[in-house]
Amino acid sequence: MFGVFDTRRAGRTLLNISPNRWDWALLPLLLAVLVAIAFGATQMSRPFVIGQATTITLDPAYLPYYLLRTILRMFTALAFALLFSFAFAAIAAKYRTAEKIMIPSLDILQSVPILGFQAIAIAPFIALFPGNLLGVECAAIFAIFTSQAWNMAFSLYQSIRTVPPELNEASQVFRLSAWQRFWRLELPYAMPGLLWNMMMSMSGGWFFLVAAEAVSVAGQDIKLPGIGAYIAVAIEAENGTAIAWAIAAMLAGILLYDQLFFRPLLAWADKFRFEESQGDTAQGSWLLDWGRRSRLIRMMSERFWATMQRALSWQVKKEKVAPASGTFLAHPGWKHVQNGILIAAFLIAVYQLVVFVHDDVGWEEVLHVGMLGGITLARVMLLIGLASLIWVPIAVWIGLRPQYAQRVQAVAQFLAAFPVNLMFPLVVYLLVTFRLTPNIWLSPLMVFGTQWYILFNVVAGASAIPNELRLAADNLGLNGWLKWKRIYLPAIFPSYITGAITASGGSWNASIVAEYVTWGNTTLMADGLGSYIKQMTDAGDFHRIALGIGVMCIFVMLLNRFFWRRLYLLAENRS
Amino acid sequence: MSQNVLINLDGVAKTFQTADGAQRTVLEDVNFKLAEGEIVALLGKSGSGKSTLLRIMAGLIPADRGKAVYRGSEIFEPVTGIAMVFQSFALFPWLTVQQNVELGLEAQGIAPEEREKRADAMLELIGLSGFGGALPRELSGGMRQRVGIARALVTGPDVLLMDEAFSALDVLTGETLRDDILELWDSGRIPTRGILVVSHNIEEAVMMADRIIIMSSNPGRIRSEIRVNLPRPRTVESYDVRRLIDEVYGLMTMRPATAAAPAANLGYRLPETDISLMEGVLESLADAPFNGRADLPKLSEETELPDEKLFPAFEALGLLGLAHVEKGDLTLTPLGRRYVQAEQPERQELFGQQLIAHVPLAAQIRKRLEQETTGSLPEDPFLDLLEEHLKDDEAKRVLGVAVEWGRYGEVYEYDYHTGRLMLPADEEA
Repeated sequence: MFGVFDTRRAGRTLLNISPNRWDWALLPLLLAVLVAIAFGATQMSRPFVIGQATTITLDPAYLPYYLLRTILRMFTALAFALLFSFAFAAIAAKYRTAEKIMIPSLDILQSVPILGFQAIAIAPFIALFPGNLLGVECAAIFAIFTSQAWNMAFSLYQSIRTVPPELNEASQVFRLSAWQRFWRLELPYAMPGLLWNMMMSMSGGWFFLVAAEAVSVAGQDIKLPGIGAYIAVAIEAENGTAIAWAIAAMLAGILLYDQLFFRPLLAWADKFRFEESQGDTAQGSWLLDWGRRSRLIRMMSERFWATMQRALSWQVKKEKVAPASGTFLAHPGWKHVQNGILIAAFLIAVYQLVVFVHDDVGWEEVLHVGMLGGITLARVMLLIGLASLIWVPIAVWIGLRPQYAQRVQAVAQFLAAFPVNLMFPLVVYLLVTFRLTPNIWLSPLMVFGTQWYILFNVVAGASAIPNELRLAADNLGLNGWLKWKRIYLPAIFPSYITGAITASGGSWNASIVAEYVTWGNTTLMADGLGSYIKQMTDAGDFHRIALGIGVMCIFVMLLNRFFWRRLYLLAENRS
Repeated sequence: MSQNVLINLDGVAKTFQTADGAQRTVLEDVNFKLAEGEIVALLGKSGSGKSTLLRIMAGLIPADRGKAVYRGSEIFEPVTGIAMVFQSFALFPWLTVQQNVELGLEAQGIAPEEREKRADAMLELIGLSGFGGALPRELSGGMRQRVGIARALVTGPDVLLMDEAFSALDVLTGETLRDDILELWDSGRIPTRGILVVSHNIEEAVMMADRIIIMSSNPGRIRSEIRVNLPRPRTVESYDVRRLIDEVYGLMTMRPATAAAPAANLGYRLPETDISLMEGVLESLADAPFNGRADLPKLSEETELPDEKLFPAFEALGLLGLAHVEKGDLTLTPLGRRYVQAEQPERQELFGQQLIAHVPLAAQIRKRLEQETTGSLPEDPFLDLLEEHLKDDEAKRVLGVAVEWGRYGEVYEYDYHTGRLMLPADEEA
C-alpha cells in the first residue's frame, strides 16, 4: 500500500532539488495548516477550575477560531477512533472467543446515545487533569469519538473477515507475519469501506456537536470554545443571526476538510478498490494532483513511505520447528469453561439489574419509560416511512441521471452533518405562532438529519442499475407503475434497506435532541424516551439517565434484530 | 534415493466435517513422492481432492492422518522452500508488479536493495521488465499470471506448486506461458528442483509432466500413475503425445470398480453441467463425423470445449443413459439417438423419465411430493438428507442440480423465494 508516489525513480537528497511552481503554491497552504494546528493545540490545555465560566462570544469574528477548535477536536477523535478500529478489528478477527463477546458489545455500544457516554466519562476525565481545561477537552473528544468509532470498527472488522481467500493463502504461502499481513493485505483491502465510514463518522460528529461541546456536569454548564458551544449560546440568547453565522461556519469547515483531507485521500485510495466493476466514479482531487506535481512534497512523501516500508520488516515470521501448541485452546473442555464464564457473567448482570431497578428506580418507572419508548418507536417508524415515501421516488429520479447524482450526494452528505439544533429557532417560531402540538410537530426533527441516508443510499442504488436493464425495460414497453414495480423498486431495495437501517439508528439518537426543543426561555417538549433522557440529564439524575439509555438500547437492538435484520437478509438474498 | 526426495506424503488422509457433524473423507491413504528433477502432474475430476492435497503440501491445511514431509522435516505451516502459483493469480491489486514480486522477499526480511535487484532480474527473466511500476489491473490475464509466477520464483523455491495455473487463461496464452516455464526449467535457469502441477487439462499434463498421477473421487485416492518418457519440448501433433492423451482420457473416464451401479445412492454427486451443453454434445455426437461414436480428444477438439466442461457433461449423459463412455470413447445409446431426433416437448419428457429412473435423489423428491396432499414440500429435509453424505455447500450444489434437471424434465417445480419444491402445476390434485 505504500506506493502513493513511486519511490524509486527520483534522486535521493532534499538539497539538490529546486522547488518548482507547485511547491510555491503548496508551501503556504501546508504552513498555514501546521500553524493553525499548533495554535489550536496550545489553546486546548489552559488552566481551568470547575465552576469557572468559559465565555463564548457570539461575535462572528471569533468563528474561525471556534471552527479551528472544533475541527481539531473532531480530527483528534477521528484519530482515536481509527486506532480503536485497528485494535478492535485485529483482535476480533483473530480470536474466536474475543469475537463472540466483542461483536455483540459493538452492537450495544452503537445503540447507546452519545449523552450516555458523556454522563459516564466526564467525571473521570476531569479528575485526570485537575485544574486544566484538558480534562473537559478530553471528555468532549471522547463524546465525539463515541459518535464516530463504532461503524468504523465494524466496517474494518467485516472487511478483514471477508478478505478474498486466495489472497489470504498467498500471504500464508509467502510467509507474511501478522504485522505485514495487516499492512499489506487487510488494511488495504478494507481501505475503501473504512474511508467511506470515516466520512460518515465525521458527519455523525457534527450532528452531536452541541451535546459534546456544551457539557453539563453536576448542574454546571461548561462550554468549550467551538461551533457547538457557539450554537448552544446562540440558542440561549435567542440570536437568530448567530445561528445563521454558525451554519455558514460549519459549511466552510466541512468544505475545508473535505477538500483538504477527504478528497485527496479518496483519490489516493482509489487503487485499493478490489474489483474494477465498482463503476467509473474515479475520484479526482486538485490537492493530490498538486502534491504529485510538487517536487518538494514528492520528496518528503518518498522519505515517509520508505521509512514506513522499513517498518514493515519489524516483524519477520520465524521458521517454526514444532507444530503450533494451540492444543490447550482447542481442548473441548475449554469451550465449556468459556461458556460457563459467559453464563455466570450474564446471571450476575441480570441480578444486578433487578437489584438496581428494585432499589433505585422502581418498577413503575420502568413501565413508564417502556411506554415512552413505545411512543418514540412509533414516531421513528412512522417518520422513516414518510421520509421513504417522499425520498425514494426523488432519489430514483436523481440516480437515473448521473449528471445530478454526484452533486446531490455531496449536498446530502452535508445535510446529514447538519446539527438539528440549528433548526430550533425555525421550529419554535412555527410551533408557537400556529399553536401546533409538540407531540406531533416536533417529530419531523427526528428524521431531519437522518433522512438523507435514505436519499443517498437510494441514489447510489439507482445509479447502479445496469443500463441494459433499463434499455430492456424500454424495449418491452414497460411504463409507469409497472416499470417501478418490476425494475426500479426491486433494484434499489437492498440499498434502500441499508439507508433505512442507518436512518433508523440515527433517529433514535436524534430523538434526544428532537423531542426536547429550547429557544431562549421557550421550551417545547414531546412525550417520548428522548425527551425523558434529556430532562433527566438536565436534572442530573444518574439512575434515571441510565434507565432511559438502557431502555433505548433494548428498543434499538430489538428493532434491529427482529425487523431491520430480517429485511436486510431478504434484500441480500434477492440481489 | 531418499536424499533427493523433495516431498514425501505418507498415508495422508483428510476429512471434513459436514454440517450435521458427519465426516466426509476427501483424501484417503495418499502415498506420494516428488523427487528432485521431476515435474509431476496431478489429474482428477473436481472433488477428487487434488487441490486439498496441494494445500497440504503447501502447509496451508494440516493432514488429519499420515505425514507430509519436505526434505526430512514435517510440514505444518508454509515453508520458505515451497512456493505456489494460484489459479486466480492472487495478486495484491494495490501493489505494483514490482512490489508484488518482492512480497515474498519482504516477508523474509531481505534488505530493500537486494530485493530490488532480485525482483528486477526475475522480471526480466519472465519477460516483464518495464512493467515493474504497473498495477496488476493494468495487465492482461496472461501478464498477471506471469507476475504470479515471478512472485513465486523470485524466492528461489525448491519446489513450485501450480494450482490450475493456466485454467483461467485463454488456450493460446496458457500454452505460451506453459512453454515458457518449461523452457526455464529445462535450461536450468531457475533454482527450482521440482514442480507439481494440479490440473484437469489432460493435454497440459501430458505436455508438461514426467509423471502423471490420476486421482479418483469420493474419497480422493491415487488411482493410477503414468510415466511420460518423451523428451521436451513436445508437440501436440506427434503420434506419441496423441497416443498418451488418448490413454489418459481412457483412464480418466474409467469407472472405478466400486461404483458399478453409478447413481445407486442418494448422495451421488450429480455433475455440475449445463443442460444445453449436454444436448449440444449429444447432437455433435450424433452428427458427422462421429455418427454416434466419438474418440474423446477428437470430440473435445470438435466442440472446442475444455475438458473441465466436457467431463461433467459425459458423466451426466452416462447417468441418464443417453450415452456411455468406454475406453476413451463416447457412444450414443439408442435412447440417446431417439432423444436427438425428438422435438422439444418429447425431449423434456424423455429427460424426465430417465431422471426418475436413474437419479435416486430426483425419484425420491418426486415420490415424496406425490405423497403430499398439497403436492408441495420445503427443500430443507432433502438438504438435510444430502448433508448426511456431503459437505453442506456441496449438498446445496447437488440439490441445485437436481432442481434444475427436475424442472427441465417437468418432474417437479421449485420456488426460489419460498424454497419449496412442488409438483408441476398442471399435474396437481
